[in-house]
Amino acid sequence: MSAVTDTPTISTDMEAPVSVADQGTAPVSRWVAVCRLDALVPERGAAALLERGDGSTVQVAVYRLLDDTVWAVQQLDPYSGANVMSRGIVGSRGEEPTVASPIYKQVFALATGACLESGGKTPKPGLGVHLESFAAEVRNGVVHVGLA
Amino acid sequence: MTSEPPTSAQADGRRHVVVVGGGMVAQRFVEALRARDTAGEWRVSLFAEEPRKPYDRVGLTRYFEVRDAEELTLGDPALWDDPLVELHRDCKVVAIDREARTVTDRLGTVHAYDELVLATGSNAARPPIPGNDLPGVFVYRTIDDVAELRGWVEAKREANTVETRGGVVEKPVRGAVIGGGLLGLEAAGALKALGAQATVIEFGTHLMGVQVDLGGGQALKRLINDKGIAVRAETATKEMKPHRRTGHVGRMDFADGGRLDVDVVVMATGVRPRDELAREAGLAIGERGGAVVDLTCRTEDPHVWAIGEVACIEGRCIGLVAPGNTMAEVVVDQLLGGEAEFPGADTATKLKLSGVDVASFGDAHGRTEDCIEIVWADPTAGVYKKLVMSDDAKTLLGGVFVGDAAPYASLRPMLGAELPGDPAAFLLPEGGGAPDLELPDEANVCSCNNVSAGAIRGAVTEHDCTSVGDVKSCTRAGTTCGACLPLVKKITETEMAKAGIEVSTALCEHFEMSRAQLFDAVRVADLHSFTEIIERFGVVPDGASSPGRGCDICKPVVASILASQGNGHILAGEQAALQDTNDHMLANMQKDGTYSVVPRMPGGEVTPEGLIVVGQVAKDFGLYTKITGGQRIDMFGARVEQLPEIWKRLVDAGFESGHAYGKSLRTVKSCVGSTWCRYGVQDSVGMAVELELRYRGLRSPHKLKLGVSGCARECAEARGKDVGVIATDKGWNVYVGGNGGQTPKHAQLLAEDLSTDELLRAIDRFLMLYIRTADRLQRTAPWVEEYEGGLDAIREVILEDSLGICADLDAAMDRHVEAYEDEWKAVLEDPEKLARFGSFVNAPTTPDPALAYVAERGQKRPATAEEIAAGPDGPVDPSLTGPVLVAGATLEVRA
Repeated sequence: MSAVTDTPTISTDMEAPVSVADQGTAPVSRWVAVCRLDALVPERGAAALLERGDGSTVQVAVYRLLDDTVWAVQQLDPYSGANVMSRGIVGSRGEEPTVASPIYKQVFALATGACLESGGKTPKPGLGVHLESFAAEVRNGVVHVGLA
Repeated sequence: MTSEPPTSAQADGRRHVVVVGGGMVAQRFVEALRARDTAGEWRVSLFAEEPRKPYDRVGLTRYFEVRDAEELTLGDPALWDDPLVELHRDCKVVAIDREARTVTDRLGTVHAYDELVLATGSNAARPPIPGNDLPGVFVYRTIDDVAELRGWVEAKREANTVETRGGVVEKPVRGAVIGGGLLGLEAAGALKALGAQATVIEFGTHLMGVQVDLGGGQALKRLINDKGIAVRAETATKEMKPHRRTGHVGRMDFADGGRLDVDVVVMATGVRPRDELAREAGLAIGERGGAVVDLTCRTEDPHVWAIGEVACIEGRCIGLVAPGNTMAEVVVDQLLGGEAEFPGADTATKLKLSGVDVASFGDAHGRTEDCIEIVWADPTAGVYKKLVMSDDAKTLLGGVFVGDAAPYASLRPMLGAELPGDPAAFLLPEGGGAPDLELPDEANVCSCNNVSAGAIRGAVTEHDCTSVGDVKSCTRAGTTCGACLPLVKKITETEMAKAGIEVSTALCEHFEMSRAQLFDAVRVADLHSFTEIIERFGVVPDGASSPGRGCDICKPVVASILASQGNGHILAGEQAALQDTNDHMLANMQKDGTYSVVPRMPGGEVTPEGLIVVGQVAKDFGLYTKITGGQRIDMFGARVEQLPEIWKRLVDAGFESGHAYGKSLRTVKSCVGSTWCRYGVQDSVGMAVELELRYRGLRSPHKLKLGVSGCARECAEARGKDVGVIATDKGWNVYVGGNGGQTPKHAQLLAEDLSTDELLRAIDRFLMLYIRTADRLQRTAPWVEEYEGGLDAIREVILEDSLGICADLDAAMDRHVEAYEDEWKAVLEDPEKLARFGSFVNAPTTPDPALAYVAERGQKRPATAEEIAAGPDGPVDPSLTGPVLVAGATLEVRA
């Protein structure tokens, strides 16, 4: 998963982004434009309703951080079954950017969707422990999310 | 007559011990036996005369405050659910047959025993004064005694209240207490608390003559007088005479020719052991009563034991709970094959009358040969302190403390040990530079539960306790009277420091400070944004050049701190990113991701027009409605994108945010008060409205709830609130630190009979002090408990300005009141903030397609996973889910 900004001077200051291949995420088959970067509030998320190649829809939570990097994970919170991840608090654990579920407060890594703190809870039946993560980047001031 | 099998050898092979009596010592015996008899060798039956579980008799006076017998119940209630424990309440034992080894209860049922423990305690003595049986003459011993006394005084107060043309006049109820000992002073305090006058009649030269010497008694008399209680020492009561008309007690005549008109008399001259059963069973009785026992607490019958006040041990009966508990432990040890013996009585005492510190221990009267007495007396401050030392001034033999019992907790365990340095240093105010006492392991710290300093240290080093709370539940130290708690805290902290255990008060990985420290730091440094705050005070991780980004723990804390210090709208600028979802959406998130909406209804008051608007809004938007516990209306199932439209309707109708989503003031609950109620003495609704409008929007470490009752009937349940206000005929009483929820707590009395202005200031300061010094998510009850010095210290800070911060607290609250704005109205007026309330950033008016509802009892509720899985033919009702068409010209219609 990559996190790339449209301002080269900032992206060169960052550590090299983790590559898509390292995460084992399916290769992006389709990039979808979501919104303008300035429609997102820094350090907060927003929900987006996206269409996959097969015509089905998927709800994605998109986050803009202070350094204007953008990240995307599934909007469905597996521990409550509600579509709320975009409304969680963004933060960090160590160097890792995170988001906390607004319902039962599990903490997930924004880069990988991995659940870092489950708070002793288990997900709803049929849902995974971790979040699906999506590639996200800003092109010419527009946030794009990559779907498999 | 029914009977159990004559031998009690049960089928399961357990032996049976019968305990006669249901007091504190009996309870301790059962508790200790079940704790130590891990093999389950014994089953135990307890026969109590009173219809309730054993309760805290030492805390009897608290009954006037708590008014709930359950609150005085001792120990873990689960004890009585133990299958090896049988509690027979309201079931007095009337006879013992030592040969057959049986007891007979009042119903005639015979119970066999292997071992019998007498713990019948004692009766309040009724001294043989003529008139001691007149109506209005009471003793002070059981909850029933106390309840009867209360009923009597309340009835007298009512009878003494007459309406005249000048208004309602209440003639004072005149009370007297015979006996100036520990119990007598508590009874006098109780009379005052009930609104009666009190005069203490003492036969001896001074008050508390058993525990305190003459000098201490004189200091004590001044303190008692300051409480509004009169004292007549060296006075014998000759006779009590009935009132001519009522036949109730009306007058006391004294041996010196004096007299006193009274409406109520409490006799508190001492107790008499209840040894009738022992006498009738032919057991040896002491000279002044009590079943004679040896140092193992065994009577002359090897199967009969006696513990507590009914036991005559070393030639006397002891009327204190601590030695009784020790006896209970001794007998348990003996039954389990041990060899414990009674080590002698610790007769240390501390008076529990609010605002009067009296304590004594050891040889308080200096009767040891050649002993030295060191006295510090400050009559103007009402302080008298004395240490009794051995002739070389090294070994501590006893002490008396009046007016300042601070040294008691640390000195009492040193009884019989050498004090380091000059003993006089321990008597100087604030310790006067006395050396820190390192208590020997065997020193007894908690005499009620017989816990040594070593046991407390062990709790830290071996049982991993890391707080006073842990140590209390592990060792039971400080769980009965609580007098030793300062010392328990000190030992616990010292031991933890020694063991290198540091209790982290850090908020999270981003801040090493506690919430209270961060609050002060932000205030002093005058910072106004999270970026500034984390750069200045945040932790920089190893190898990194700057602090992290914060997290779901510290961000809302900083948001709350900034809000408490007046930083504009909570969604303004960078602050928006700090808020929990509830604060961010100004609504309460529910399990399916939709929100509930609660408009403010101050004091629970709402007009019919207002109700119609709320009902119409709920109907138009298809919301589920329910009345909350805080006397207002909650509307559920509102989607993010509906919130602004809903609030526009509500704000236009004059409603404002109810802050149901915030860690802030929620509601002020009230009863209807004097404007409608036949019994109300003040306008409780008016007061509730005033308080709710004053504190609305006030951000705090946890949610805050207030309540106002218009009379002592307390229909608003104000004592279950963080701040409870109860009307009196003179003004308002204010209680603090109550809550419902998971660990319910009754609020405690902070101040009485305040005027409205005084009340507001007291609450202002209490809330502001709490906001500044409490931990994250700490409610007021645990905050009060953990505040250094507890409620007394808080009272000094906010009523006597002991820290000199009242002006600052007042100014902070004035700023809050001044700066208040309705958060929802401000959002509706700001297009930028309004833009955040879209469902999807790329489809702001499209509802979440996953939401599904079913109908239940005429309203909607979220569908369960199974209901959704059942598919379109299942119970899910699409008409409850889809976009609701809203009528009305001012609102856009959404497809």
